[in-house]
Amino acid sequence: MGRYILRRLMFAIPTLLGISMVIFAILALAPGDPLAQFAADPSVPPEVRDRIRENLGLNDPWLLRYFKWLAALMRGDWGYSFASRVPVLDLIAQRLPQTLQVVGVAYLVSILIAIPIGIISAVRPYSLFDNLATTFAFIGFSVPTFFTGLLLILIFSVRLNWLPFIYDSTLRVTDWDTFARQVRQMFMPVTVLALFQTGSLTRFVRAAMMENLPADYARTARAKGLSEQVVVLRHVFRNSMIPVVTLLALGVPTIFTGAIVTEQIFRINGIGELLIKSIQNSDTPVVMAITFIFAVLVVVFNLVADVLYGVLDPRIRYD
Amino acid sequence: MPRLADPGARFHSEACKGRRSPASISETKMSEANPPVERAPGARTTVAATPPGHVARPPRSLWSDAWRRFRRHRMAVAGALVLAFLVLGVIVGPVVWHSDPRKIDFSRSLLPPSRAHPMGTDDLGRDVLARVMLGGRVSLSVGVAAMLIAITLGTLIGAVAGFAGGRVDSLLMRLTDLFLALPVVPLLLLLIFLFRDSLRSAFGSERGIFILIVTVIGGLNWMTVARLVRSSFLSLKQREFVEAAHALGVGEITIMFRHMLPNALGPIIVAATLGVGAAIITESVLSFLGLGFPPDTPTWGRLLYDGQNFLDFAPWVVLWPGFLIFLTVLSINYIGDGLRDAFDPRSRL
Repeated sequence: MGRYILRRLMFAIPTLLGISMVIFAILALAPGDPLAQFAADPSVPPEVRDRIRENLGLNDPWLLRYFKWLAALMRGDWGYSFASRVPVLDLIAQRLPQTLQVVGVAYLVSILIAIPIGIISAVRPYSLFDNLATTFAFIGFSVPTFFTGLLLILIFSVRLNWLPFIYDSTLRVTDWDTFARQVRQMFMPVTVLALFQTGSLTRFVRAAMMENLPADYARTARAKGLSEQVVVLRHVFRNSMIPVVTLLALGVPTIFTGAIVTEQIFRINGIGELLIKSIQNSDTPVVMAITFIFAVLVVVFNLVADVLYGVLDPRIRYD
Repeated sequence: MPRLADPGARFHSEACKGRRSPASISETKMSEANPPVERAPGARTTVAATPPGHVARPPRSLWSDAWRRFRRHRMAVAGALVLAFLVLGVIVGPVVWHSDPRKIDFSRSLLPPSRAHPMGTDDLGRDVLARVMLGGRVSLSVGVAAMLIAITLGTLIGAVAGFAGGRVDSLLMRLTDLFLALPVVPLLLLLIFLFRDSLRSAFGSERGIFILIVTVIGGLNWMTVARLVRSSFLSLKQREFVEAAHALGVGEITIMFRHMLPNALGPIIVAATLGVGAAIITESVLSFLGLGFPPDTPTWGRLLYDGQNFLDFAPWVVLWPGFLIFLTVLSINYIGDGLRDAFDPRSRL
């Protein structure tokens, strides 16, 4: 088991290196000069500009610059934001809690909705409930998140005036009153993200359950007189969760990507919003850092999925 | 979040060689996640009920079989009709509906839907219906073009990997794994942000952005297709007809594309269909984040982006384009579902 995890880890490292190289290469190949600001400034003569280039190492071959960048990254030196002159890591640390909060709650909600729906759908396939759930799932992953977001704002904020449509991140939950306000402002972003995620998750739970319901062990359980409820929930459900749990791990990067749009709609100051703002401000260090964080998320959760799969399913051999 | 239409596509783990890995499991899951409607026992008996030899059936082919099964998937047929209507509306619409989508008239700004403007007008007094039709052209062509790039790339890489095997295969599959681990949306945003200006100056503002968006979306979404094609090529390679072709001295390229590819076409077509929907959503996400087409080119996503500030007093500016994206993608997803069942050899009737 330990060796299996180790092997997976060994595989993740070259992947991350490859991704970091791709990201770096894109930025290195992109047109545009980091010293373009100086070019427009008449008080900086071209010789000075050349010297700055030389000092900053911009004339080095790009592979060398890549390794310098990578070394700095490893040491935790992610550079400074061009726009706010704050270390990139601090900036991200400020933004991360809001994103994690919304994304985490949304994921939890979608799991809590998808699992019962998936189970009922699988137990009674092609019933009215199943057909409704299928339609719901198709709608869930066909409607773009920004449209659901705008629809919810239109209904709950503009028409009904129940919920605020701008997220107040300065709100600190100290008592029941602020807690209620927090719940109200999180309602719409969480719904948008959860709706999208629930759709596909329901299908996976249903498919996993459908595969296990006719299995031999389920028949044995029924034959020894267990009630259908026990067979479904105790025996079939637990085995069906093996692929679902790994899919949950694989879905984490997706929901973070979804947060980019959601944060933009509801003006939540999370990392997704920071990414968009930094792109618009040409704030390269921040853009690079966030892109890299997303890459790490993908790789790490792939790893988690692989390991979980091995842990949960003893039939898997590690060699 | 791009590639939303096919949730399975997102769930491919990068390490999946040999063994039962989560990725290969999820692939089989997806095909079973949407079981065919006609697998219900009722449908099967109608076929069995026809006495054998009673009706002289024309010889069966893959396509006629698939077509017959596709027609039974009610939602897929409905989706195909809706999509056909939308495509037709977008192509023929601007010819029939004489209203200039670019004519600015402040005296008509933000009018609610009426006889003269069935979908109302936007903040600059432009007819929303005309803009939605023009925008649909752009959105749909982005979807189709991006899908074509993704499918071509994926098919080529998958075919070469599956056919050549050995070192070429493992190299190409490493590449596929690497691409699968790339964070797609941030990378899309980054690429468009960085290369927008140079392409705009090279090809003109509208065409430059079109080329950029289509290439980037296509170039980041070929991986699932490559895997599908590789796995079918791996199994096709062992078949007798391929050996026979080899024995007859047919060239390798001809074997790959004339003999093997047609047999791997079913899953490719399904992936292509779902790919169009995913690409449409991706484009609209980019436009919605302000990183898509320039303001004078209306796409469905761009219309939403421009209209969101008037949501409280002119919701029609946002609702129509949003609804059309939703309707298009929903139809495409249902068609994809129907095609998946139609091409699935296990559901042969």
